Amino acid sequence: MAYKTNSDSLVDEISAIPGGEGVRLCIQCGTCTASCPNADKMDHTPSELIAMARAGMKKEVLSSNAMWYCLSCYLCTVRCPRGIKQTDLMHALECLSVREGLSHGRTLTPAMYRSFNDFVYSLGSLPEVGFMTWYYMLTNPLRAIKMLPVALKLLRHGRLKIKARRLTAEGTRQLRAILDKAELMGGAS
Amino acid sequence: MKQYSYFPGCSSSDGGAKAYGWSALAVSRALGVELVEIEDWNCCGSTPYSSVEELSSFCLSARNLALAEKKGLDIVTPCSSCYVILNRTNAYLKQYPHLRAQVDEALAAGGLEYHGTVKVRHLLDVLVNDVGYDAISAQVKRSLDGLKVAPYYGCQLVRPRFGFDHPENPQSMDRLISSLGGEPVDFPMKARCCGGSLIISEEALVLDLIGKILNSALSNGAVCIITPCPLCQTNLDAYQSRVNRKLHTSFRLPVLFFTQLMGVAFGLSEDELGLKTCIVATGEALAKYL
Repeated sequence: MAYKTNSDSLVDEISAIPGGEGVRLCIQCGTCTASCPNADKMDHTPSELIAMARAGMKKEVLSSNAMWYCLSCYLCTVRCPRGIKQTDLMHALECLSVREGLSHGRTLTPAMYRSFNDFVYSLGSLPEVGFMTWYYMLTNPLRAIKMLPVALKLLRHGRLKIKARRLTAEGTRQLRAILDKAELMGGAS
Repeated sequence: MKQYSYFPGCSSSDGGAKAYGWSALAVSRALGVELVEIEDWNCCGSTPYSSVEELSSFCLSARNLALAEKKGLDIVTPCSSCYVILNRTNAYLKQYPHLRAQVDEALAAGGLEYHGTVKVRHLLDVLVNDVGYDAISAQVKRSLDGLKVAPYYGCQLVRPRFGFDHPENPQSMDRLISSLGGEPVDFPMKARCCGGSLIISEEALVLDLIGKILNSALSNGAVCIITPCPLCQTNLDAYQSRVNRKLHTSFRLPVLFFTQLMGVAFGLSEDELGLKTCIVATGEALAKYL
């Protein structure tokens, strides 16, 4: 007999994202949490987050800072005894959190990711200087000044290039058409 | 001559890790490997895209895979992040038919199609497994005799399991160092994460992670570190002075791309390998071999 609990919608949403379906398999052994280099920075540990998702705590889960501290180092993924793709599950939570407008997260990582993506969408490539400058402007211009010594060293060693690599006009149009179509279909993949 | 489609990634093409691209092409040439750059490739989207817009991130990778498929060659990339992102898309397109349908539809909007026939390889995998350690040894003109090198794999080269090496105790660069005549330094942090792009948004905690890696390499006797990843190199090298300031340490450990070290042993010139792009000077550690 099938019955619905209040947790089904969040678990269903997570499961619909490739790699997120493992949310149903977790046995709460805590291996992911023990393996995570950043678990101590998270308001909820990775295993806690899964338990909360299954308890239907949608708002608490999606406004957590935990997934934004994920470094995508995949140590949890290779160690999980249930074969859960925990890193991809964290990405799924990040996507849902953005979709629900809950990604304030008390960390600047969502803003950094968005700056990165804006450049990749418009240019098809990532100009490191432009992206960093844009990100600091959006978040904390003062930190840009603190980063100047690092930037100057990179510049002196020939590692900073102001002008971005561009795709051909045709390549740019093609990429834009593909991404616009993806965005139209967007949401639940 | 072995041929592959080459996907340099943003960093190694003309970004902060351009010396990785130069040295990758130079040592590949010396080993009879032809890397044919994919025309008009786009950024793989890296972690930021897959964290925020999953369907678009799969489409970014799929365009590159489709372009490579037209040429009928497998993809080789020197970047660990590109390697994971492209491979992940490749695997998920096979595993999830509904995702495949959506990606096909998006690709069609750009007049492309992808049939899933391309393999994605990391340059290290190709050099040590397709070319092989013996052929690499045969190219050595200046043996790295007595040079203690810490092979820092980082995380994404060996994890998740697209890898050609053990996810927690990899050996391929250890063997590579030996085949160049050098001495690989075993150190516990060899496959731990350097903090990646969070150096930008969460610098303090990432400096701690970098400090642990540098300390682990140094205390086990390394005089330099090699890495197969642009982000690892940048974090360990360009941020080393900030680590020193925060943790009151005095690290001065040169951090090279593994292809730069191969190039030194192959007798290639400093300029060709872009050794001067390293922030921590490599001169002292490599003086005997240049």
